Amino acid sequence: MPNIMEIQDVSKIYGPLKALQNITLAIPPGQWLAVMGPSGSGKTTLMNIMGCLDTPSLGEVNLDGVKLSGLSPSGLTALRREAIGLIFQQFHLISYLTALENVMVAQYYHSMVDEAEALEALGRVGLGERARHLPRQLSGGEQQRVCIARALINHPKLILADEPTGNLDETNEGLVMEILHGLHNAGATIVTVTHAPEVARHAERVIVLEHGKLVTDEYQTHPAHRPSGAGSGAGAPAGAGPGTEDGPAAAPETGPQGAAGEAAAPEAGA
Amino acid sequence: MGMFFKMAAGALGRQKSKHILIAFTVGLGVSLATAMLGVMFDVGDKVNKELKTYGANLTVIPRGASMAGEKYEFAERQEGGDSAESDDHYIREDELFKIKMIFWAYNIVDFAPFLNARVETSGGPAVLSGTWFDRRLELPSGDVVETGMMPLKSWWTVEGRAGDDSDPEGVMVGKALASRLGLGPGSSFGVDTEKAGRKTLSVRGVFESGGEEDGWIIGTTALAQEAAGLPGLVQRVEVSALTTPENDLARRAAMNPDGLSRAEWDTWYCTAYISSIAYQIEEIIPGVRVKPVMRVAESEGAILEKTQLMIILLTLLTLFCSALAISNLVTANIMERSVEIGLMKALGAGNLAVSLLILSEMLIVAFAGGAAGYLCGLGLAQFIGKAVFGQLVSVKTAVIPLSCLMVVAVTLLGSLPALRALLRLKPTEVLHGR
Repeated sequence: MPNIMEIQDVSKIYGPLKALQNITLAIPPGQWLAVMGPSGSGKTTLMNIMGCLDTPSLGEVNLDGVKLSGLSPSGLTALRREAIGLIFQQFHLISYLTALENVMVAQYYHSMVDEAEALEALGRVGLGERARHLPRQLSGGEQQRVCIARALINHPKLILADEPTGNLDETNEGLVMEILHGLHNAGATIVTVTHAPEVARHAERVIVLEHGKLVTDEYQTHPAHRPSGAGSGAGAPAGAGPGTEDGPAAAPETGPQGAAGEAAAPEAGA
Repeated sequence: MGMFFKMAAGALGRQKSKHILIAFTVGLGVSLATAMLGVMFDVGDKVNKELKTYGANLTVIPRGASMAGEKYEFAERQEGGDSAESDDHYIREDELFKIKMIFWAYNIVDFAPFLNARVETSGGPAVLSGTWFDRRLELPSGDVVETGMMPLKSWWTVEGRAGDDSDPEGVMVGKALASRLGLGPGSSFGVDTEKAGRKTLSVRGVFESGGEEDGWIIGTTALAQEAAGLPGLVQRVEVSALTTPENDLARRAAMNPDGLSRAEWDTWYCTAYISSIAYQIEEIIPGVRVKPVMRVAESEGAILEKTQLMIILLTLLTLFCSALAISNLVTANIMERSVEIGLMKALGAGNLAVSLLILSEMLIVAFAGGAAGYLCGLGLAQFIGKAVFGQLVSVKTAVIPLSCLMVVAVTLLGSLPALRALLRLKPTEVLHGR
């Protein structure tokens, strides 16, 4: 099966600063990759290039068989719309829209608004009953789960999560990682950018950047959480009943690429 | 579209104070522009009426009269002369009502005939000019119009009172002659006429015109006709008409109406150019020539055009200032929402989609302000009309679409810097703030 993403000799240069230097990387479908490194190592720059939000100064990037170097800014926008799901550290929900409408915004810019499908996506992350709440009425963990539902709604080929648990407490961090596990088990390709080893150890592959260079690329034989059984639930953490602030209901659903799944048990302190 | 409006409405609910300020700024600009445009569309008639106080702009003379100096010629029927030839030098007084029957009758504000006769006073020779002081005419259509000399000479100062058409012995005397003869309102004096012998006249008023008329005696047409022996005839008619400023078509028509195409002729005839009004008077009263007093007519046109140009420039300046004022507010609005806009772009929104959303929001706010501004502008136009022209301004319906256009223009112009910033905004610059 062809790789979802291929990065060949990519550099990003800002005047005298080399943010990325000769990065070469291939991400096969279904892989969960963690990008680690200290501040200023080039993690975010790499994520921006992977997410079609930025272009490399040198080198070639191939996303799902499409060469990014030949694309115009509007072509990159279109590809991002089709193939990428973005999860942000600061959630970035539109404050005057409800959780449901925030998910529907991604549908609106992608193709057509489908409220039932957006509700289903919120249900998948355990927020079915809080769909009509405004972001300010949701906890940090809930907001991040809305952000995840928004990232999943258009069935992206690649999910890019930038410090997905950076603004969350331990409990919510566990819930979010649980959802990511569910997605991964359902077949989603995930890249998480993090400086936290406890987040990175959930991934099956970890690369480390330092001063813009790829210094480590290794596979973890025992990731932190490997739910048993194929087709584990995508974004369906177990917990308290539906509508509770930090304990969404389990809701077995299909993953971003349509794989069936089942609920996975949360891992304390993940 | 539902999502589009949901997002626009949601955004409008935030940053209320900024949106109110934008609406207020647009409203202020539109109110001033509406008022000025309202006045501009009505100012033609208003300024024309004001300019009418500076005298007649058309002179009707007999076809046989000399081109120049008709004002100061004395009426004299040649002894033994051919009657038809003599009549060619005069206009029949009983035909003058026809002036109010031309196509542009309602634009004829006032007119008065004049007939000058030579008389001898105790202080030497003088001019006795016969006219209508304040004549009431019944037209064949049944309409009644009042016309006469006094409204045509509104800058004259009169001591005593004006003459009266029903008082054939009552006259007005110019200040210079009154001073020479020692006359004042209420006094009487005798004059020797060529055809009616000695006549005793009563002074109703003493006028000062600032011109040669200050040495004249002004009485009724009947008195002057008797003195000159020309019953029922007058020498010239001064006409004051509301006119449209001259343009190339009018100038070509004035030189040679037959040289116009059919369509041009129709346009010219159905427009209140001074030349077309003159033409229509010549059509309806045979044997007369109508001469525009070009100095007055051209001044009226020039003043009107300059006034309108000034109003247009002020309107544009007002709108530009409004656009400038809202540009800062819109830019601040966009900057505050940079994360939200960056997010939309990251989710796949193109520049066009985001620009349309922002512009729609601004247009909704601007139209709310513009509607309020339009209503205020209507009131302001009335205030200007009252203060400047002493009467209300009738605001034309054309101002409504113009106001809408102004709102759109001000909003687009004012949003340009913000839109530029929006197009340049990169999601990567705003979404990873830590």
